[in-house]
Amino acid sequence: MQSGTFHTSYASDMALRPYWPQRVRIAIVLIAVLIFPWFADRYWLNLANTIAIAAIGAIGLNILVGYTGQISIGHGGFLAVGAYTAGLLAVRLDMPMWITIPVASLFTALVGAFFGLPSARLKGLYLAIATLASQEIIIWLLTHGKLLGIGESLSLPPATNNLFGVPLNALGNNDFVFYWITVGFLALTVIFVSNLFRSRAGRAFVAIRDQDIAAQVIGVDIFRYKLLAFATSSFFAGLAGALTAHYRGIISWERFTIDTSILYLAMIIIGGLGSVSGSIYGAAFMVLLPAMLANLARSVSGVVPDINSYLPFIQQGAFGLAIILFLIFEPEGIVKMWRNVKDYFRLWPFSY
Amino acid sequence: MEKFIQLTLSGIANGAIFALVALGFVLIYKSSDVINFAQGELLLIGAYLTYTTVEMIGLWWPIGVVIAVVLAAIIGVLVEQLVLRPLIGEPTISVIMVTIGLSLLLRAIIGGIWGVTPRTAPQFLPRDTITLFGANVGVDRLWAFALALTLFVLLTLFFRYSREGIAMRAVADDQQAALSMGISVKRVWAIAWAIAAVTASVGGILLMSIFGGVSGQIARVGLLVFPVVILGGLDSIPGAIVGGLIIGLLQSFAGGYLPPELGMGEVAPFIVLLLILLVRPYGLFGQRIIERV
Repeated sequence: MQSGTFHTSYASDMALRPYWPQRVRIAIVLIAVLIFPWFADRYWLNLANTIAIAAIGAIGLNILVGYTGQISIGHGGFLAVGAYTAGLLAVRLDMPMWITIPVASLFTALVGAFFGLPSARLKGLYLAIATLASQEIIIWLLTHGKLLGIGESLSLPPATNNLFGVPLNALGNNDFVFYWITVGFLALTVIFVSNLFRSRAGRAFVAIRDQDIAAQVIGVDIFRYKLLAFATSSFFAGLAGALTAHYRGIISWERFTIDTSILYLAMIIIGGLGSVSGSIYGAAFMVLLPAMLANLARSVSGVVPDINSYLPFIQQGAFGLAIILFLIFEPEGIVKMWRNVKDYFRLWPFSY
Repeated sequence: MEKFIQLTLSGIANGAIFALVALGFVLIYKSSDVINFAQGELLLIGAYLTYTTVEMIGLWWPIGVVIAVVLAAIIGVLVEQLVLRPLIGEPTISVIMVTIGLSLLLRAIIGGIWGVTPRTAPQFLPRDTITLFGANVGVDRLWAFALALTLFVLLTLFFRYSREGIAMRAVADDQQAALSMGISVKRVWAIAWAIAAVTASVGGILLMSIFGGVSGQIARVGLLVFPVVILGGLDSIPGAIVGGLIIGLLQSFAGGYLPPELGMGEVAPFIVLLLILLVRPYGLFGQRIIERV
């Protein structure tokens, strides 16, 4: 039984998962992820893909909000940039997926760094309002984008969904194939971001969050690292957007309004700020909540026939209520609840 | 020239409504440091409650409006007590997110009760036009402006002469000092939310009357509050009024003179917002906050 933190080497001190129960849990999760698609039907695969894409975006936002402490209400706009860049490349230039996704992510990183410029002078709620403005401006560009040659919505030719020359639909149905792509990218994102916060840049982000003036005093170039945080965060937003574009095949600006920005903020708050696993829990919660409510509504629709017309409001209300209740009762999110559960069993029967 | 006067007058009328809504926003911010993202929903509540009392129940409109405004004030106080009170002293992001959650919840409740299809509003402001400075102007806009102005005067008197108003100014100025003088800060917060709900619902009612209908479109004004308050200064009441008028005029001119397919009326306030934040984050009249380590 583990009774404390005793490291005997630097390697074990630096390890992300130093204890065997953690490694066992990771192994179980990995096995579950690998066997899940062989048993799940398309409905569940679709949900899993949506969660994986949302989790990538949420981890990106968490880099900015949870780790660097810069509030952004413009994440929906950055997702839109990623989705439309990938979409335009695929539609206009017939580029395959393995080119459009990296290009879109990098371009979104640039755009994110540009809209991060106000962070040179602003912080806290002023910055939040500035990102709100960038959200509105990006959506305006998309809806009035005839000047830029952007239509209001795009549908991607399925031919661009090929992986190094192999068309995806040859490998299985769309949801099944995309499961491996989205989960693969999610795994890469998790590995990258977990390690980011053991690096120089990641430590600088955390220093800025904890005390920006103190960080500057010890030599962190605040502006540079804030821009870097905006760029990294937007890179993953772009990745999530590009994946959405290729997975759904149709993109329109309604998917990326301020409500989307709020959805992503809600994911990281409910999941847990400043936690990679929290972002995934939050994404899963926010995707599953409306889906479960829809299932519930379907099962009681015999008793309450009107329920379906109220369903959108019930979903929206549950969403708002979840945010409020989490902030009031568990501001540290699902990740804290899970930690409490683990601690209970780890310390049982001597919980003090 | 006629177009100019028309645009100016409608800009001022809209601006007065924005200022009214922004005023409640600034009051909440000044007294409790809370940024209220649910301001647009407070507008909707006022509009829909009036719709209910006047159109569905069929009351004489002044009585219906008064009942609606009182109900909105009660909702404002309840929101403060139940949702904001537990989050005192939490970081900015929590407070922002809780008001966002609140706005979703309120929108869902409004949608559940009244549906999302736009409803035709009760007509209580006269809809004919008169000629003013050689331009045709809707009388309802003038009424909206006059009503907003009346409310401003009443609020100014309230802050200057009433006990509660002076207490609110004291709390806004220095919370600790106000507390030690025996002022109940909790009471002040409740009053701030009540006033914000009242000004917002009056704004919502005026907008409903101008648009000739009530729909989710009114809640968009809740977002326009941000350019207004940032331009005027987040903690300045005169700033809210001046900012409201400027943004109203800007929107009116940008929408009227620039080609309509650009949709500049919608985005111009946000471009100004970004510029102001970059150049003068404390706005025209706001207090400069100097950071000390």
